[in-house]
Amino acid sequence: MTDRAIVAEGLVKRFGAVDALDGVDLQVPAGAVLGLLGPNGAGKTTVVRILTTLLRPDAGRARVAGCDVVRQPAAVRRRIGLSGQYAAVDPYLTGRENLQMIGRLSGLGRGSARRRARELLDTFELTSAADRVLRGYSGGMRRRLDVAASLVARPSVLFLDEPTTGLDPRGRIGLWQTIAELTAQGATVLLTTQYLEEADQFADNIVVLDTGRMIATGTSDELKAQVGGDRLELRTAPGVDPAALAATVADLGSGPPVVDADEGTVVLPVVDGPSVLGDAVARLGAADLRVTDVALRRPSLDDVFLALTGQSATAVGSDLAETGSRR
Amino acid sequence: MTTGSARSVTQPAAIAQSATSRGLPWFLGDVSVITGRNLRRLMRVPTLVAFATVQPVLFVLLFTYVFGGAIHPPGVDRYVDFLLPGIFVLAIAFGASQTGVAIADDLATGMIDRFRSLPMTRSAVLAGRTVADAVRNLFVLLLMTGVGYLIGFRFHAGAAAALAAIGLALLIGVAFSWINALIGLLVHDAETAGLAGLMPVIVLTFTSSTFVPVATMPGWLQAFAKVNPVTVTVDALRALVLGGPTAEHVSQALAWLVGLLMVTVPAAVLRYRRTTAG
Repeated sequence: MTDRAIVAEGLVKRFGAVDALDGVDLQVPAGAVLGLLGPNGAGKTTVVRILTTLLRPDAGRARVAGCDVVRQPAAVRRRIGLSGQYAAVDPYLTGRENLQMIGRLSGLGRGSARRRARELLDTFELTSAADRVLRGYSGGMRRRLDVAASLVARPSVLFLDEPTTGLDPRGRIGLWQTIAELTAQGATVLLTTQYLEEADQFADNIVVLDTGRMIATGTSDELKAQVGGDRLELRTAPGVDPAALAATVADLGSGPPVVDADEGTVVLPVVDGPSVLGDAVARLGAADLRVTDVALRRPSLDDVFLALTGQSATAVGSDLAETGSRR
Repeated sequence: MTTGSARSVTQPAAIAQSATSRGLPWFLGDVSVITGRNLRRLMRVPTLVAFATVQPVLFVLLFTYVFGGAIHPPGVDRYVDFLLPGIFVLAIAFGASQTGVAIADDLATGMIDRFRSLPMTRSAVLAGRTVADAVRNLFVLLLMTGVGYLIGFRFHAGAAAALAAIGLALLIGVAFSWINALIGLLVHDAETAGLAGLMPVIVLTFTSSTFVPVATMPGWLQAFAKVNPVTVTVDALRALVLGGPTAEHVSQALAWLVGLLMVTVPAAVLRYRRTTAG
């Protein structure tokens, strides 16, 4: 058994003229959580599809749980769980029937499938709705059931494609707890997300994807150091020149301020947020520059992209078909 | 990493072991699970219930009473005896269009991606669907025969021929199911799949011997109607229902059906392996 649960080298995938993936390398040690971060169209789902044997790469190799995804797809499928972007559960079956079906198709006997379904319904707080047809479930309940379905066969490697989409805050916390328990038992998790916070909270390592290429990789601390810690956001009062405001606080930042003249905002990357906040406010008062809003916030995915590519995530994440793979 | 992690991977390994012993029992197990899923859906989806109950009964009653007064096929006492074998095929073909719809829907909702990520037999999703269709078709055939009996329909060639007729009708259903499964995988869209499944059926049914004897059609249409697979299969069913020589009709029908299955089954399974949600 290798101690690397996921190894990918030079993955390339093209859909027509679009390079969905252009050389992606990943290494995830067993028991670790890798966060795949990027905007829509970055290629996150394509990576997941290749690693879960749904899609063949045009070039490159990948091994999951020690098995080659192209040459040993059946062996890979026996060791993985997948929760895709959409809740892939049968709306006309009950929650229990869905989980039992997945259990049986994963090779569990009738009795084990039933027991496993009961356990998971309990874990995901779906016991009271277990025997209702899914059409009566809320979006969050379906999502929870979908994640439960990916765990039926106790996979050693779990793939979660934007797992918190459609979950309410409580559902998110429940999901994070489950992931933490799984990794504590030695399972490896690859999750994709559009939110830095989410990757930050749980991933041991983060890979940032942008239009099929890896633009950054590291722990969330390393990444944040690259991005430059927190963001001080100032909004000018009417009649105040944002450029003047930016000049006044520029040397407090860990990087150059970004001025948006239309919005009248200045965003400054800062390292020691709280102390900088006090200094900045004092200087603005001294210079008699009035602001309507002062905020200290965590860097967003947009900031990461701005720092790494010089473009904002929304501009980069055009309408490329993230999931595209038709023919 | 830690030794603790090595322990937890032994659990899926136990499953992996059972999965490696592939073969027929494994395949049949998967097919029966998928069949069960589809039969449950059949009973819970209102449109599917209607396709399986109201529609076949309406077909029998409407066509018998609307066409029955005007059409007098030679050599047949009651039009319903002539009509019912044709209606069997019509109802089965209409019902089969729902298979394309369901498969396209499974693709769109990511269900097929989920199945493809499981260590299950590749062809079981499609095979299980067609087995469930066959169960529904058996019910539909018995229902139509029952309603037919109430309005004067009779099997004229004995119990063995009647059973053979039901068996042949079921085989026709299997062929239609696979055709529609392939359509569903190709078009990716439930509404398109429904339409693509129904249009050929409507055209082929009305240019066949389903409602009227082919001899009453204009010559150019007869040429087509005679080789139309719907004519061939309906004629075989009719021979088994009405009596008379059956061997030629039935062997022609079987040749068509086996030929169709030899193309559609491998094509659909291959397509299933390659396809993925979009």
